[in-house]
Amino acid sequence: MPKISYRDAINQALREEMQRDESIIIFGEDVAEYEGSFKVTRGLLKEFGPRRVFDTPISEAAIIGMATGAAMGGLRPVPELMTVNFAYLAMDQILNHLALMRYMFAGQVTLPVTIRMPGGGGHQLGSQHSHSLEVHFVHTPGLKVLYPATPVDAKALLKAALRDPNPIIFLEHEGLYNLEGEVPEQVEPAVIGQAQVLREGRDATLIAYGAMTHVALEAAALLTGENVEAEVIDLRTLRPWDKRTVMASVAKTHRAVAVEETPPVCGIGAEVAASIAESVFDELDAPVRRVSGKDVPLPYAKHLEQACIPQAEDVIAAVRRVL
Amino acid sequence: MKKAELLKVYALMRLARGFEGRAAEQYLKGRIGGFCHLYAGEEAVAIGAMWHLRPEDYVIGSYRDHAYYLIRGGDPRKAMAELFGHADGCCKGKGGSMHLFDKGLNYLGGYAIVAGMCPIAAGLALSAQYRKEDRVVLCFFGDGATNQGVYHETLNMASLYRLPVVWVCENNYYAIGTNVTRSSAQESLARKAAAYNMPVHVVDGMDFFKMQSVAERAIAAAREGKGPSFIEAKCYRYRGHSMSDPGTYRSKEEVEYWKSRDPIPHLKEAIRNDFEAGDDEFEAIDRQVAGILDDAVRAAEAGQELPVEKLYEDLYAD
Repeated sequence: MPKISYRDAINQALREEMQRDESIIIFGEDVAEYEGSFKVTRGLLKEFGPRRVFDTPISEAAIIGMATGAAMGGLRPVPELMTVNFAYLAMDQILNHLALMRYMFAGQVTLPVTIRMPGGGGHQLGSQHSHSLEVHFVHTPGLKVLYPATPVDAKALLKAALRDPNPIIFLEHEGLYNLEGEVPEQVEPAVIGQAQVLREGRDATLIAYGAMTHVALEAAALLTGENVEAEVIDLRTLRPWDKRTVMASVAKTHRAVAVEETPPVCGIGAEVAASIAESVFDELDAPVRRVSGKDVPLPYAKHLEQACIPQAEDVIAAVRRVL
Repeated sequence: MKKAELLKVYALMRLARGFEGRAAEQYLKGRIGGFCHLYAGEEAVAIGAMWHLRPEDYVIGSYRDHAYYLIRGGDPRKAMAELFGHADGCCKGKGGSMHLFDKGLNYLGGYAIVAGMCPIAAGLALSAQYRKEDRVVLCFFGDGATNQGVYHETLNMASLYRLPVVWVCENNYYAIGTNVTRSSAQESLARKAAAYNMPVHVVDGMDFFKMQSVAERAIAAAREGKGPSFIEAKCYRYRGHSMSDPGTYRSKEEVEYWKSRDPIPHLKEAIRNDFEAGDDEFEAIDRQVAGILDDAVRAAEAGQELPVEKLYEDLYAD
């Protein structure tokens, strides 16, 4: 099976779906001639031409609003915001227009917009370029939020997004773009809302997503040295999220640790922990623990930034506390 | 224009004005909740701007939207029911006064974030351009919108891509209570828009004839692929910003001056100047419109609420 990068998997999904569906157009800052600031849209202008792939001014709010309008007119726009950090400039258009219009207009509009946004920390980009904003989107009814952790999932989830009739926030972790993994020639669209058990275990359940999936996997591998078998679940989809898979695992292991790159307050870990408490409290042999990013803006200095982002040893320490 | 057409314009003006009167009454009776922004005084802008549209064209605008919806052909019953928050409203009571919508009429909504609908209008135009459809987009907003960031982002992009959109700025001089001289460093909103390299027009928005003439040119330009145009329609709202605003920031003299230029008698007089038209003809229209509005209120009074069990419907498409 061919090994390709997370970046190329996304590129393949875009290319294949654009070949399949004429209504898909891509626009954003430097996505066409420059081929994307992370080169995710490489070759697409050449293959599909400037009608379908075009550059925009640095105008995030208008980029998203234009995508919403184009979707209302029958297209399937796939705007790219250069990084998720710039989504703050477009939040009114994302949260207060795109997400709620179908509901507010009582189902009269269908808005198949997939917003692609790279994000996450770890590259010393400073406080304004290192955010993980998934919680803002997950909190908003009307959106679906996808966050692939692997190349094959990047392709399968993006294909699913590009065939879904709803507004989708598609998050890509900048630290994963060069990650290589096996991706079959033919990849079917993933099922949105389905998590994946990446590693089975009997002693504790690690619930993660995005880049933290790999931190959880690393921790699980190291824990075998302590004769601890941790189960690792990659949520893949944050809204809707797969409660069934998580609860089934906790019912088996009786211990849970949620791992997230974001600060802990009202985060995904909080949601997972609360849901576990509500659904399977009697199964728990220990309180659910969270491993979260530190509750500060991400600083620049390498050692400070690393101190903010959960590492495998942090996950291991949390697992030891629930055992 | 023919007499029959002008009488239709007159009827639309009466309908839009009359609906606002009924809405105010029902609001004061407590049957309409939330915000309720009335369009009285500005009718010539919306009717003139839309007069040359075709059914396939798109109309989108701000939250002062009852008139847009009705002039586009919306059902007064569905509008009133929406204000009442009833299931047979045009948005099943989920939208309310500020969010009327009718997909079938290509009336694509009232939006309650100032300038928030501008990029959506550009996107509609982009889809028409991409699909090579013969459609233009008419986007209504007020003077306040011209101070928003996304407005400037959008005017730039629409001009850059030569999108078939007509920007109709209703300059009624007040963003809630702040006069345009206190909010815009450039008082000419047309000059502001001209920075984005598109044709701009300034027009008396109290005059249907002038309004439709300027809109006709702008719509034709968009249809011919010449890109967007901007219309600054100088007009006035007779009421406060919304039903909860007594409008004390404006002098009586100022309000009376604008009322003396009311578009309805102005149109009536113009019809009389050019055609034989007796009072009975206008009165017949007035009676007919009153009947439609009475019926809309009666129907709304008898309407049903959406069952709470349907709360989660319409959130996601399958």
